Amino acid sequence: MENNLWEKFKQSLAIVEKNIRIYYSKGPVIIFGLLMPFFLFLAFYIGRNTPIEELIPGLLGMTAFFTATSVGPAIVPWEARAKTLERLISSPVSLRTIFMGDVLSSFVFGVLVSALAVAASLLFGVGIINPLLLCFGLVLSTFCFASFSILLSAYPPTDNPATIMMLSSMIKFPLIFISGVFIPIEELPVWGRAISSISPLTYFMDLARYSIQGTSYYPIAVDILALIVFTVAFLFVAIKIHEHTILKRL
Amino acid sequence: MGIVPEMANAYVDLSAWNNLMLIGALYGVPKKQRTERADNLLKKFELQERRNHVVKGFSKGMKQKLLLCMALISEPQILFLDEPTSGLDVESQRLIKDTIRAYNANGTTVFLTTHNMEEANQLCDRIAIINHGKIADIDSPERLRLRSSGLQSIEVSFDKPVNTEELLSIKGVEKAAKMGDKLKLYVDKTSPVIDALVDYSRSNGLNIVTINTLAPSLEDVFLKLVKES
Repeated sequence: MENNLWEKFKQSLAIVEKNIRIYYSKGPVIIFGLLMPFFLFLAFYIGRNTPIEELIPGLLGMTAFFTATSVGPAIVPWEARAKTLERLISSPVSLRTIFMGDVLSSFVFGVLVSALAVAASLLFGVGIINPLLLCFGLVLSTFCFASFSILLSAYPPTDNPATIMMLSSMIKFPLIFISGVFIPIEELPVWGRAISSISPLTYFMDLARYSIQGTSYYPIAVDILALIVFTVAFLFVAIKIHEHTILKRL
Repeated sequence: MGIVPEMANAYVDLSAWNNLMLIGALYGVPKKQRTERADNLLKKFELQERRNHVVKGFSKGMKQKLLLCMALISEPQILFLDEPTSGLDVESQRLIKDTIRAYNANGTTVFLTTHNMEEANQLCDRIAIINHGKIADIDSPERLRLRSSGLQSIEVSFDKPVNTEELLSIKGVEKAAKMGDKLKLYVDKTSPVIDALVDYSRSNGLNIVTINTLAPSLEDVFLKLVKES
């Protein structure tokens, strides 16, 4: 059993390596994963007299969210179009292993770019009160967002990456605005707080604010638990939908 | 199980080497073995010099060879090939056919899907003729031919052009078709028709350049089975 799991993990790593070589440099990944959060941050930062400590959690949240959700949605439609999906699923690798590889490649991209954002924050002289919690929260939430990314590509079962990227943006942008990135959760109206509770990004923002500013809206345990629950739910639902739709893509 | 699909589906953004390493890893081939096998396969299929080039720039023949390498890296016991030589130059076709024969001789079971009857004839021990998704007949190539004994033919060429319609009036000729500078006559029995052809050439001032009797080809068998079904 352990041996089997190790074999599957190695197969997932082979898929990660393939994804890194192919998809990290694709245009949509660069645009939606790097440029978009950077310019959104600039648009929010320039001309405002907000202290940098209040802005950095927002920068980290956008970076982690956009980067970790930029690779995953592109992979399946791209592979369907190139007919390489046929090759992948005809190899002795389970769909779960394939999608775990896709999640891990999104996760690695998210963690690497988010680490750069943290380093940039430190260079700007931002003090981090709880660096360990910030790192843990960043890793956990990036994995959660990476799991969300394969849910974004699950439906419709198209072979057109542009369709999925467009639909993903329609879901991702509203989430940015309701998750306390630009306005802290406690400053939102009651209905706004209720809506924000259905976004996984809200819980990372709360963790990041606590780690940098020392205040949070939810108890930290709730933030961590919510991120874990979202991760499991995203993985479960995404794989179920992909299992039903994968043959329609061939 | 190794698969060579009709449509090239190697990763065009990866190099030949990385494609092989990926497939080897997915099939659970240990790293040392897959490195050795990839090296040998790339040498065998004359892709060694392009091993680090991305597949995007490969010709059709090179892509097809790479697909075969990818199918063989796991040393499969069963190999599925879909039109493996379609659109390739003669040299590449021969290399691929020789490789298929060699693997088959070493115990690999090969399933070959092809529209090329000659290829099936050259490579297969058993042939299944499929029409509208159903097996119309299955047997060895020679047995399939023998079963269609009514499809004997004579291939004849004359020194001057001949009207095909006139040959159809010869008793025993069921069908006549022009094949380049030759005429192919489908007959029940060959010898009376040969006699009649000699008489025809004499009476029309013609000389027979070549004349051959032919057993039914697999193509003939295929067409007959498809018509019957």
